[in-house]
Amino acid sequence: MVAPVAALRVVRCGGSSLHGARAVFSADSKYLLCASGDFVKMYSVATEETLRVMGGHADLVTGIQLNPRNHMQLYSSSLDGSIKLWDFMDGIPIKTFTVGSKLLALYALASFEDSVFVVIPKSDTFQLVSVKLTKAAGQDLEAKELSVVLDDVDASPKCIAFGREGEYVASVKEVNLQVYFFKQKQLNRFSVSAAKTKSGNNQFSCVACHPTEDCIATGHADGKIRLWRNFCHKKEYTFSTLHWHHDTVMDLAFSVEGTCLLSGGVESVLVLWRNESDCQKDFLPRLGSAIEYISMASDGALCCTLHSDNRITIINSNLRFAKSIQGLIKSANVKTGLVVDPRTKALVLNGEPGHLQFYCLQSDQQLFSLDIVQRQYIHQAGLNQADLVKVAFSAQGKWLATVEEREEVTDPELQLKLWFYDEETQSFKLNTRINMPHEDHITDMCFRDMDELEDDSLILVTTGRDCVFKVWVMVEDTDPEGNVSWSCDFVGSYHNYQATNCCFSEDGSLLAVSFEETVTVWDSVTWDLKCTFCHPPGKIRNICFGRLTCSKYLIGATDYGFLCCWNLLSCACKIRLKVCSSDPSTTKCILGFAVFVFKPNEPRPIYIQRNLCREKIQLAAFVPRDEPETVGSEKHLWLRRSQLFFLTDTQELMTLSTKSLQERLTPSSKQLAVEESLPVTPFSLLLGKHRRQQSQEDIGLGKIIVRNKREQDSPAVKELLHTPAHVLPSASFLCPVFIDSLLISKEKKSAEEVADEVEMESEKTEDDSDEERDITEMEQEDTSPVELLGEMTCKLSKSQEKELRKIRKMDYSWISAF
Amino acid sequence: MATYKPLVVQTVPKLGEKITQDTLYWRGYKTPVQIKEFGAVNKIDFSPVSPYNYAVTASSRIHIYGHYSQEPIKTFSRFKDAAYCATYRDDGNLLVAGSEEGSIRLFDLSGRAPLRQFDGHTKAAHVVGFLSDKYRIFSGGDDYSSNLWDIPSGTEIISYSEHTDYVRCGCASKVNADVFITGSYDHTVKLFDARTKSSVMTIEHGQPVESVLLFPSGGLLVSAGGRYVKVWDVLKGGQLLVSLKNHHKTVTCLCLNSSGQRLLSGSLDRHVKIYSTTSYKVVHSFNYATSILSLALSPEDETIVVGMTNGVLNVKHRKPEERKEDSQKKRQPSYRTCVKGRTYMPKQEDFCVSKPVKRVLRKYDKLLKSFQSSKALDAVLEPPIRLYTPEVTVAVMQELHRRGTLRSALAGRDEKQINLLLTFVARRVIEPRFTPILVTVADMITDIYQPVVGQSAIVDRQFLRLQEAIGKEIDYQEELLEVLGMMDTLFATFTKKRDAHVEENKSNGLAETIETNMMN
Repeated sequence: MVAPVAALRVVRCGGSSLHGARAVFSADSKYLLCASGDFVKMYSVATEETLRVMGGHADLVTGIQLNPRNHMQLYSSSLDGSIKLWDFMDGIPIKTFTVGSKLLALYALASFEDSVFVVIPKSDTFQLVSVKLTKAAGQDLEAKELSVVLDDVDASPKCIAFGREGEYVASVKEVNLQVYFFKQKQLNRFSVSAAKTKSGNNQFSCVACHPTEDCIATGHADGKIRLWRNFCHKKEYTFSTLHWHHDTVMDLAFSVEGTCLLSGGVESVLVLWRNESDCQKDFLPRLGSAIEYISMASDGALCCTLHSDNRITIINSNLRFAKSIQGLIKSANVKTGLVVDPRTKALVLNGEPGHLQFYCLQSDQQLFSLDIVQRQYIHQAGLNQADLVKVAFSAQGKWLATVEEREEVTDPELQLKLWFYDEETQSFKLNTRINMPHEDHITDMCFRDMDELEDDSLILVTTGRDCVFKVWVMVEDTDPEGNVSWSCDFVGSYHNYQATNCCFSEDGSLLAVSFEETVTVWDSVTWDLKCTFCHPPGKIRNICFGRLTCSKYLIGATDYGFLCCWNLLSCACKIRLKVCSSDPSTTKCILGFAVFVFKPNEPRPIYIQRNLCREKIQLAAFVPRDEPETVGSEKHLWLRRSQLFFLTDTQELMTLSTKSLQERLTPSSKQLAVEESLPVTPFSLLLGKHRRQQSQEDIGLGKIIVRNKREQDSPAVKELLHTPAHVLPSASFLCPVFIDSLLISKEKKSAEEVADEVEMESEKTEDDSDEERDITEMEQEDTSPVELLGEMTCKLSKSQEKELRKIRKMDYSWISAF
Repeated sequence: MATYKPLVVQTVPKLGEKITQDTLYWRGYKTPVQIKEFGAVNKIDFSPVSPYNYAVTASSRIHIYGHYSQEPIKTFSRFKDAAYCATYRDDGNLLVAGSEEGSIRLFDLSGRAPLRQFDGHTKAAHVVGFLSDKYRIFSGGDDYSSNLWDIPSGTEIISYSEHTDYVRCGCASKVNADVFITGSYDHTVKLFDARTKSSVMTIEHGQPVESVLLFPSGGLLVSAGGRYVKVWDVLKGGQLLVSLKNHHKTVTCLCLNSSGQRLLSGSLDRHVKIYSTTSYKVVHSFNYATSILSLALSPEDETIVVGMTNGVLNVKHRKPEERKEDSQKKRQPSYRTCVKGRTYMPKQEDFCVSKPVKRVLRKYDKLLKSFQSSKALDAVLEPPIRLYTPEVTVAVMQELHRRGTLRSALAGRDEKQINLLLTFVARRVIEPRFTPILVTVADMITDIYQPVVGQSAIVDRQFLRLQEAIGKEIDYQEELLEVLGMMDTLFATFTKKRDAHVEENKSNGLAETIETNMMN
């Protein structure tokens, strides 16, 4: 039977930006709803896990609000011009109202029946309009009844707030504050003087309204908070000023009773102002990164902050840190690229400033965050602080090399750190710190990957803009403890060109270092220059050796979209390709919006996809799969063994998949549905869990789910368990064999493939032969447990016979004795 | 939520001498005691029995010193001219010494007059010693002969005249009572067996031999002469095992430590070097004021005695082992109160309340945490930190610079404080580990306080000192660069040229490139 040829689809697998809109707590404060890219995500406050992902919008979700009249329903607005009403407990879209123009913010109020307020663009400016939501039947409805409330408002959802039961609406833009009273139909305008002070300008940045009194709080770009009162009169208004922030106030929120005011900003400190006075304030410092949004739960027990690095922090009412929900942390600039940790198979990239995050692709969770810089990070705009720029793992993940640098006008501060994986603590431990390993920035670094050899062969190579590459080796210390540390062994250069990239061949015998337009190949034992390759137009941007059958090829990518492949045996240029000449403007990556996949020995790409997604692709990496996926078509054979992940500008992680959307989503959603329908008595909880597990196991066999390795053994074990008891040998004999069968066999672990990750430019070089080898290897792996089981059953039968014979003998002797 | 991370102070590994077990061991001596003798000390010998007195031969006297006495407890001075090589017998009862006139005298430690006198050498007898059977004495003299004497009869047993120059050193085997060796200025070491008429073995050292030594096992022989110390395998027929050249003047004396694991050599270059007898690497070295002539180590390495050419005897005693019990006793009560209840294991029904551990921050960390830059800088300019741990001061300066508040922290200081700052900068700016940041600091200080130059004499003087320090450093660096340039030219002459080969390859690759391009 021939499977239908499925086209490759781009699938989002995590890390989309969470700060499209303020998060919303459900009425009982058990769930947190959050706009995340095109989706609305629901998190459990107690367990921090993602319970549901509601998709349906075709563009970014810009606002979410609970339905004021039914707190089990949720309104969401999106840039695609539609408002959706969801039943978030079941994850079902109830209604879709199409407005037409882009919606930039959404506000729903209890006092306005069946209408919501949205911000829509009008020529250059934006206006706040109320939308009448028709009560007609049907799912897809048109909502064309728009009435303008305010003209010339700011696009940001933080710049409009509704006060006291919806009596008035306050909007800020630049230095103006507008207050519109619905009953009186009166519009009051106030403005602060636009004088630029030393610390910045005093433009408005956000606004919040007191829930019970006539009071408006506004945040300003210079860090001040102004509290406006008496604003129903045009002239006799008053305002008082609170000042603590030294940078822009990013968001403000009043507590439910209005007794205190919360403010946050770039400093990543949540400030609690009591009684609106300047002297009574509390702080919750060091929240990790700039606070983008603050939202309060309706019962006032919790509040949550959304941070610029896509993290959600849940905070108790007494200003105690409670929980943190974090997926793929967004860092301002992913300088490290996407690296795969060979040990955990986690994606490794820049996390919090100065940290390295290990992100698990399967569970969309951060495994852990390794503090590399180990210095207090000062949250202040415009401050130049040390950050991580390069990361490299040794083949087994035993050593980790990191480079951190601080941009400085005169001389950059550089540090190369080498970390050793400590088995006891299960984390990396700092082994060696090298100050100023190069005179200038380090451009690339790689370990010599040799699994089979012991530590002595471990070599680290760094290339720098100071025109040299350096070879670092481990040396044993002379002190009594006999520790190891790293020191420089060799410094090489070529015609005083900047060294840009380095790469070891698969067997570790050759080192290729690119110097601007030239690639040099060095012997890794004697450090002799073996040969040079040159490719005239453009500098070399990346180089990579082929693997396995293609190990004789060296591939280089250059500036102007050229890809060269040199044969190392004949020292000749084999392939020269011009790739995507139409897109020379993208400097960061050659590919821009398209992905090309090549075999190194064939000049034609085996896969091309253009316009994968809206944003520009920044980085990409191949991640080895735990199990080979069944790929229907011949065309996508390269995807069988490893998965291609790429990161876009907005820090969304995408992958290519052959499965359809339903297939991918079913396992998770089904599981959730069961969980949701759980009764809450502990007894039924226990029972239900048990049942669910059973049902899942049954389903699991028929479906393509990434199965646990242990589960593969289960049918045989089941078979063993289902054999009638009287046929089986004694329990004491069976027990050890049975327990052995439950253990994961050792061979599997050792045979696991090393991460064959490559960077964006070189990923085209992923070779087919690699795939083929891996496939065969995996097949072997697959058969091994089966064989093992066969053996076991075979053994069993033999032992059975023996046992029987013994019994017979015993019987006979017993009889003969008589 | 993260907590405050304390400031990381960069530690730089100390260059030069690495701390090893050996350095710790050999540094464990007290400051030396100096005793002035009448002339150059040519021999020091420790009594092999307790209380380990030692005999020092200098000029025409032999002094016996007690373990801790600085005055001789006994003196043998019945020599007309210089005495040489006073050596104890194994039981510590007898002492033998050669003399300039050629006679060898045997003393009883309890008596004063010599028990025996052996005459036979026509010239000075520089080396004498007991064989290990205790009843015979060997000697070597400037008349090129090596003799063997019988103590009971006081007569010469045998005389070997095989050396062709002065015999200046010798040693008896501890395992065989008939075997002894002598070293001579004719560059050879000869091994004699009293049972044979001639030498058994001759070893060519290559330089006039100043000192010889046999290992306790008798299998290895060490000879010193010229700048070399050579180790020979006697059992392999005198094969050279290793040749050590660690001194830059003549090596005059050799000595083994009590365990036999370390070999010590003293030299005219004022150094005593200690070698490991397994790897023959220098593991430690001592430095003395003048050239060393003789060297001895007491049993258990309790005392090192070194004799110099200027007649000074340098005695070093080992420090007593630190008693750890005392300090523990003192601390015990407070420690017990500290751990009270710590070892209590919570039972299953107990409800545990964990108390967060309070972290103690340094003063500057506390101030940095609360963003008080100026005060943090003040805190690290306190004398103890500034003087003894300048790296902390510099680390705080760097942190302030990172935060962009260094300028404001430096500004607004009075004369005294500027003086303090400038003194610190001028003193430390030339240290390579501090230079990058202190240059920035110096820049900022000059920037900020430029308007007040000329108002205070103290500050002006400090500015001038800073200028001087930097000027000196620049000159020094220039000199270093010159040296580097010279060395580069020297090295360049050694390297081969491979450019031609490289060029060939490149052109080849290019041609191919164009070809394939056409095909595409």
